[in-house]
Amino acid sequence: MPKTPHLEHPDRPWLIRTYSGHSSAQASNALYRRNLASGQTGLSVAFDLPTQTGYDSDHALARGEVGKVGVPICHIDDMATLFDQIPLDQMNTSMTINATAAWLLALYVAAAERQGVRPDTLQGTTQNDIIKEYLSRGTYVFPPEASIRMTSDIVAYTVEEIPKWNPINICSYHLQEAGATPVQEIAFAMANAVAVLDAVRAREDVPEETLGRVFGRISFFLNAGIRFVEETCKCRAMTALWSELGRERYGIEDERMLRFRYGVQVNSLGLSEAQPENNIVRIALEALGVTLSRDARTRSLQLPAWNEALGLPRPWDQQLSLRTQQILAYETDLLEYPDLFEGSHVVEAHTEALLQDARTELQKVLEMGGAVSAVENAYMKQALVESHTLRIRAIERGEQIVVGVNRFKETTDSPLTAQSEGSILKVDDSAEREQVERLQSFRSARNSADAEAALQGIADCLKNGDNILPASIRAAHAGVTTGEWADTLRRLFGEYRAPTGVGAARSISAGEDTDGLRARVEALSETLGRRPKILVGKPGLDGHSNGAEQIAVKARDVGMEVVYDGIRLTPEEIVQSARDEGVHVIGLSILSGSHGVLVRDVLERLNKEGLQGIPVIVGGIIPDDDAAALRAAGVKRIYTPKDFDLSRIMGDIVDIVGEAAP
Amino acid sequence: MSQPGRGAVSQILEGLAAGDRTAVSEALNLVDDRRPEQREAALELLDALAQRPTPHTPYRVGITGAPGAGKSSLLNAVVERLRDSVTGIGIIAVDPSSQRSGGALLGDRMRLSGGARESGVFLRSMAARDRLGGLADATQASAAVLSSVFEWVFIETVGIGQSECEVAQLVDTLVFVAQPGAGDTLQFMKAGILELPDLFVVNKSDTGPVAERTRSELQATLGLLGSADEGEWQPPVLLTSARDRQGIDALLEAMAAHQKHARQSGQLEDRRQNGRVNFAVESLARRYGEYGLAQIGGAQAVAQRLAAPSERSAFALVLELGREIESALTRR
Ligand code: B12
Ligand SMILES: Nc1nc2c(ncn2[C@@H]2O[C@H](COP(=O)(O)OP(=O)(O)OP(=O)(O)O)[C@@H](O)[C@H]2O)c(=O)[nH]1
Ligand SMILES: [Mg+2]
Repeated sequence: MPKTPHLEHPDRPWLIRTYSGHSSAQASNALYRRNLASGQTGLSVAFDLPTQTGYDSDHALARGEVGKVGVPICHIDDMATLFDQIPLDQMNTSMTINATAAWLLALYVAAAERQGVRPDTLQGTTQNDIIKEYLSRGTYVFPPEASIRMTSDIVAYTVEEIPKWNPINICSYHLQEAGATPVQEIAFAMANAVAVLDAVRAREDVPEETLGRVFGRISFFLNAGIRFVEETCKCRAMTALWSELGRERYGIEDERMLRFRYGVQVNSLGLSEAQPENNIVRIALEALGVTLSRDARTRSLQLPAWNEALGLPRPWDQQLSLRTQQILAYETDLLEYPDLFEGSHVVEAHTEALLQDARTELQKVLEMGGAVSAVENAYMKQALVESHTLRIRAIERGEQIVVGVNRFKETTDSPLTAQSEGSILKVDDSAEREQVERLQSFRSARNSADAEAALQGIADCLKNGDNILPASIRAAHAGVTTGEWADTLRRLFGEYRAPTGVGAARSISAGEDTDGLRARVEALSETLGRRPKILVGKPGLDGHSNGAEQIAVKARDVGMEVVYDGIRLTPEEIVQSARDEGVHVIGLSILSGSHGVLVRDVLERLNKEGLQGIPVIVGGIIPDDDAAALRAAGVKRIYTPKDFDLSRIMGDIVDIVGEAAP
Repeated sequence: MSQPGRGAVSQILEGLAAGDRTAVSEALNLVDDRRPEQREAALELLDALAQRPTPHTPYRVGITGAPGAGKSSLLNAVVERLRDSVTGIGIIAVDPSSQRSGGALLGDRMRLSGGARESGVFLRSMAARDRLGGLADATQASAAVLSSVFEWVFIETVGIGQSECEVAQLVDTLVFVAQPGAGDTLQFMKAGILELPDLFVVNKSDTGPVAERTRSELQATLGLLGSADEGEWQPPVLLTSARDRQGIDALLEAMAAHQKHARQSGQLEDRRQNGRVNFAVESLARRYGEYGLAQIGGAQAVAQRLAAPSERSAFALVLELGREIESALTRR
């Protein structure tokens, strides 16, 4: 009998993480310690949106957002509290932080120094990938050039001073969440890595011989969707393409440096609001896709929760995701074998096919001047919007089956969602008030002369072109706050608004029902005397743009005039646009959970301006009881992820505008 | 927002006099409205505005050029510089729209920076499509509305060719924004649009030597065209970077110089007169068709009627001519 090849020693499992953080440093610290106690082996910190976009908790733009989708960190005391009783020399901490990465890393180093831990022993990751922020994630602040400079500052600093740190985590994860196909995910991520590496290589303080080590410290963060066989192939393709790039473009030969190291969060975009328990199975299968092939296995894994499309997960929901990983790692025999696909010509062939297409696409981006150019000229963003339109159209038409959503929809009542409190985590509104109080007493207790001198130090270092980290670490110790640090940079670099990608996006949403809708829009135009005009607005710090983009493109495709100005506008700006532009309807899209404050703010301003006649509709993650309250406040219609049929939404809009017309 | 009927015209007028932005918006909605009864109200409104003196001397600038050349960014940089020294800025951004669906994504507001947005700049985006036969009609009317409230009015339009000619007649100064890149000038020549603009700007000068090269090419080409008559305006070619805020002051100075020239040479009045004729012809043709227009002697006759000295505005004349056409048509 032939002997099955077994590993002599089974592999150690990947790093098991849960992306978490909310309310306050103290509450998140308690959560982290609980998770570590139940067998989690690393930490993955979610920051709230003000922290990610460089505002203190008491800034006007932070209102309603503090502690909502992550932990607020304003200064060194917050950071110290976050890791209280967690020895940082033994922890591996991943921080999802980008525009303000240099600052949060500085706070982390300073907090470690307070614990008596030497920076060169720290292990972990700063996401620090700004390009995908412009393309998908939305927490960018500064223009591309300035941002890339800081990215490379972090790389150059850590490679010498914190050698076990992963200074950057190139994310293709977020690209798939914005609609990317596997080929786009591979190609755009590689183009992104090239932009960073080229910037680092061009630095005078990074000698040629260090480049190999730099290359070796770059890690990736991938997505894994439900087509898990293809996802396995994608991981293998990226592994191959990365070492190819290292060898050919950067002349690196050391095999250890050429290894493709990546972590994964499995796909959330495909997790449904309808029959949410089905997501448990989706998540498990997606986890399989990135662990199955030993040669291309993920180093760390984060799983979303079954109630992803409903709202924030509670501890129990996260525990279920953790257990899913543990079953895969410890109950199954997955870790006992060499690569299962060795010699599989099927997997090889598909991997090769993906590779070829990805090489072509990568070349195209490089030829237009690289990833930064392809951000500025909107090439990549537009490609993502178009891919996402195709995905949604396929779901609408039933060509892409989503069980419980567009097939097998009949269901009995679920005990999981039966509780009245809505089976999600609700962040207490008092969290914001308490955080603001803490911040203000911190500010009044610190030595303000020290803080000011430290800020001046940052301004000087920016002007002189010095590395931003040493000055930032000094500022962290001196009691500078997140908002102050970012404001100093805003003044020098300016703020940036990335292209929305929708303007030139091809019209691919057309279908049979579009013709019918167009006729209705034409008829409505006759009644109105001009074309119906819709403002699609994204108030607040929320960066989730998918829904707004697809609504905007669809509205254009059925013949409406659409004003869409991208993410992160204030209610004031939205109301001003609505008035100047003379729109017939306002559609707000909010997924960050701060709809309560923001929608009311818009409604009040409309009232004050005498524009209450313009109907307002809202879409996003809006729990049922909140929806009722918003309707009572005057919102005409509310849409959530289960309303995936865009044509039906357009039909409603035609009705709503028609009814509002005098 | 209530759709203003005729009774509302006086209310809008009051609002405009007070500089009320909601009134500006309602006025723009009204002049864009294709329903016949609204059309009359719109012309009455426009006529009243034309009769009324403004506290400022209105100045209109057209900004045109290839898609993505940086027109909106440049406009933003100019507005940032201007906003403290002028009484009000209005912008009309004309976007192309889909041929198939008639829908349009209007994205120029995006480029207005926080500063420009806070300073109360008024921006209205319009889709080009429904303005059959061109922009002159709705844009002329909208510009008239904005000029009655704001000292500076900018009109941004995309594209090379047709739309330039129309915008040229609406504005006092036409700025053409070019992208750095070899070979472009040839295209400009072919399109025959080099004769129209009063100022040329090669934007994105931060991209390096290409921009400088494009500038000299453009200058050389213009030199070939130029009939350097004494006293005639020589369009300058400027270099700017909207991104780095370079060359913006020089651009503003060139605008001022051209404005002065246009006023003194009478070019301004000629252009405005052309613009009025075009507006009248287009809006009559849109409403009554070529056949209707022929009833009163066609475009030529319209021009003559407009050229005759009169107490009344072009808008009132359009109303009057419209009535003549109607009665001619009913007589048959
Ligand atoms: C994709 C996604 C992302 C992508 C977004 C990419 C992008 N550019 O949009 C990425 C990966 C970047 C991302 C990041 C984050 N995300 Co996210 N994300 C999602 C996810 C999985 C899907 C959202 C989506 O795009 N769906 C597809 C679109 C087409 O659907 P939709 O937006 O719901 O729109 C539909 C309807 O709602 C409606 N609609 C929406 N808007 C409008 C507007 C109008 C006018 C109309 C008529 C209709 C309408 O019509 C649409 C058609 O069906 C959701 C969970 C889920 N499954 O819904 C979480 C979710 C929204 N994210 C969440 C969080 C917390 C984050 C982060 C803040 C995490 C962090 N701490 O850093 C970050 C930061 C993002 C930021 N800058 O704000 C939370 C929000 C929690 C809450 N509300 O309490 C969710 C609910 C996940 C969860 N359960 O924790 N995310
Ligand atoms: N490098 C550089 N880029 C610029 C400059 N001005 C504009 N851009 C970029 O060029 C792109 C197009 O800019 P817009 O201002 O939208 O150009 P536009 O001509 O108004 O475009 P449309 O209205 O779509 O025709 C954007 O990505 C801008 O960031 C500049 O001076 N330098
Ligand atoms: Mg523009």
